[in-house]
Amino acid sequence: MSGLERRRFDALVIGAGGAGLRAALSLARADAHVAVVSKVFPTRSHTVAAQGGINAALANVTADNWHWHMYDTVKGSDFLGDQDAIEYMCRAAAHLVVELEHAGIPFSRLPDGRIYQRPFGGQSQNFGGAQAARTCAAADRTGHALLHTLYQQNLRARTHFFDEYFAIDLLRDEQGYILGALVLEIETGELLVIEAKSTLIATGGAGQLFRTNTNAHINTGDGLAMVLRAGIPLEDMEFFQFHPTGIAGKGMLISEGVRGEGGYLVNGAGERFMERYAPKAHDLASRDVVSRAIYQEVAEGRGCGAQRDHVLLKLEHLGEEVIAKRLPGIREMVQTFLHVDPLHHPIPVYPTAHYTMGGIPTNRHGQVVVPLGAGEETIPGLYAIGECACVSVHGANRLGGNSLLDIVVFGRAAGNHIIEFLKEQRTHRPLPPESLERALERLQRWDRRGEGESVDGLRRALQETMERHCGVFRSEAVLLEGLSKVREIRDRLAHAILKDHSRIFNTARIEALELENLVELGIATLVSALGRTESRGAHSRIDYPERDDRHWLKHSLYYLEGERLEFKPVRLKPISVDTIPPAERVY
Amino acid sequence: MRFLIYRYDPESGAKPHMQPFELEPSPGMMLREALLRLKAEQDEGLTFRHSCGEGVCGSDALNINGTNGLACITPVATLRQPVEVRPLPGLPVIRDLVVDMTQFYGHYRAVKPWLQVEGPEPEVEYRQSPEERDRLDGLYECILCGCCSTACPSFWWNPDRFRGPAALLQAYRFLIDSRDGAQEQRLAELEGPYRLFRCHSIMNCTVVCPKGLNPARAVGLIKRMMVERQL
Repeated sequence: MSGLERRRFDALVIGAGGAGLRAALSLARADAHVAVVSKVFPTRSHTVAAQGGINAALANVTADNWHWHMYDTVKGSDFLGDQDAIEYMCRAAAHLVVELEHAGIPFSRLPDGRIYQRPFGGQSQNFGGAQAARTCAAADRTGHALLHTLYQQNLRARTHFFDEYFAIDLLRDEQGYILGALVLEIETGELLVIEAKSTLIATGGAGQLFRTNTNAHINTGDGLAMVLRAGIPLEDMEFFQFHPTGIAGKGMLISEGVRGEGGYLVNGAGERFMERYAPKAHDLASRDVVSRAIYQEVAEGRGCGAQRDHVLLKLEHLGEEVIAKRLPGIREMVQTFLHVDPLHHPIPVYPTAHYTMGGIPTNRHGQVVVPLGAGEETIPGLYAIGECACVSVHGANRLGGNSLLDIVVFGRAAGNHIIEFLKEQRTHRPLPPESLERALERLQRWDRRGEGESVDGLRRALQETMERHCGVFRSEAVLLEGLSKVREIRDRLAHAILKDHSRIFNTARIEALELENLVELGIATLVSALGRTESRGAHSRIDYPERDDRHWLKHSLYYLEGERLEFKPVRLKPISVDTIPPAERVY
Repeated sequence: MRFLIYRYDPESGAKPHMQPFELEPSPGMMLREALLRLKAEQDEGLTFRHSCGEGVCGSDALNINGTNGLACITPVATLRQPVEVRPLPGLPVIRDLVVDMTQFYGHYRAVKPWLQVEGPEPEVEYRQSPEERDRLDGLYECILCGCCSTACPSFWWNPDRFRGPAALLQAYRFLIDSRDGAQEQRLAELEGPYRLFRCHSIMNCTVVCPKGLNPARAVGLIKRMMVERQL
């Protein structure tokens, strides 16, 4: 064990999506010695798939300011978002989008040369008034443009990349300091100990929990599970976003930008049903609202198609020019996967698992925080940002266009905070051997040979169970049954056996480690969903259909040990403005 | 449906070989899905990269019946049988369908694919007209899958010195960005007989690009800029 190769860095960033790359950029520019570990080459990270855009109150198209953006975000979160973090994000947005433009993002343009902004769901002017156009877009490939640009800037800053290294587990000492991670070089199967004064987790969400999802194969919530195993709770895991418009039955994301550009939904009777669910915003209501509406239309027999199991997204009326200019990627995807041209045919869509609102509890500097007495304490040296983190700016429901914003705002904030932290933390703390042994055991367990179930079958069982038992609408009986099934899957996984024991580029072993991560997150999600006996944002309990601010204006915290829940209050007080008090949420 | 898939296990000491597989395809099945099912149901050791499943991450570029393409957007129904699946040509094979792309990424880095601007930054965005922005279409969408460069005979002969179509497409993307101020240095760095001028307009790059981009055109336009620079 002492024979393992060791490397030392000031900062270790796990994950090379937009969040990890934005943080790494700040660190590298400040001359910190930073290592970025990613299980895929950075531009393969899932940020690349984000389509519609990034929100910032630039006021290029409609009148706008960050107060309105903040109001929409708080309302969108169903008042579960922490208002200090939301203020921080919305205030920083304009500056950071301009910075990204300076870094090279090929934003679409307005006739006067400024950044193009499109309308998106849940966005308003003047605190709930007319629709705002706040979402800055590079056609419908904004995530691709953002990720590639940030990668390019990191190349320029000479960030040190460990491409195709998989993080097995965090390393920590008895005092709770996080000291780095044990990582596996996928190509060679060699282990590497990366010791770091600060560790930043930016590993993205866990969309692979669900069978039909918009996520990439790699979105297995690795960082979330590592944190759980380190004894740190996960916050608000019951809140999982179902995007209203995934391609029905297949899952590929059809951007909210389609509705932003003027597309609309119809049911089997050809009716624009969103008018009934959201009298003002119609198709551009918040995602949770639109997803529930589609679910309900289909459940009540008003779906489309032979099975009446989806609704249709119409954009033919937008015309060829708008589609070619603003939605070229969508057109290409629909042609590839449905063999029709959306210029002439509507797109069959259905709510599809999309985004992990919950995650690693942090403050607005990206520091991981856990409850201590009546307040909170930080975990020394540990940071989390992006989809794996819960700041919480998204609360119970994220607004479209706020995830790309989240990753750059808190990527920068965490990077800057680590730079300050490193000034205090001059040396690496000693690494206790027990911590390394625990991490090694996790890997060595998969060396067992013999007869046993396959990992792949168990993954499919998990995804089907989560889809059936933890979907758009939930109830105690269905959740309980799901929980017992996922616990059983966890027990079976403990006895699963790999057939492939080779060292070099063993993807079967990586998938086994990923499934271990996912199963724990499935249980976290189900336990948290059972705990919350109200309906708020993306969490809809048919047995508790009302929002209950008196009892539930609080965040859940799920601990692996004992599978127990604790709670902490929502931070209702912003930094500089007045609290936006919880109110009835109408779109 | 019959498949012949390139297998190479560096730990076994055995030579690479083509292994036959059979699979009942489902309607609309893409090649990635077929490979995933073969891995799940027949051979856990079958190794390939993949991720997004919708042609935007660029992980699963393969040589499919002799032509480079992305497995996730290639419908198996369109393929002649047995479907021959090999790793991208010309790059060192790590295992099965996984190639070492170090050199490919090296050429990308070498063209300095980042915006370079002289002078102080304004507090607002750089202005760029819609027409200026239109010139980036067909260039910035590259997903670095490697289909083009590994389909290029010039890249096969001179993989260490010819930048290859993917890197040159990115070079051009910055050369014609109205915001970029490093045109002269960018062109100077492409001088000489190899980096740019090994391109002989064979056009394989453009034929195989799964995103419908046209690296050959971009290379031609860089060559024109080079000539104009000499005048």
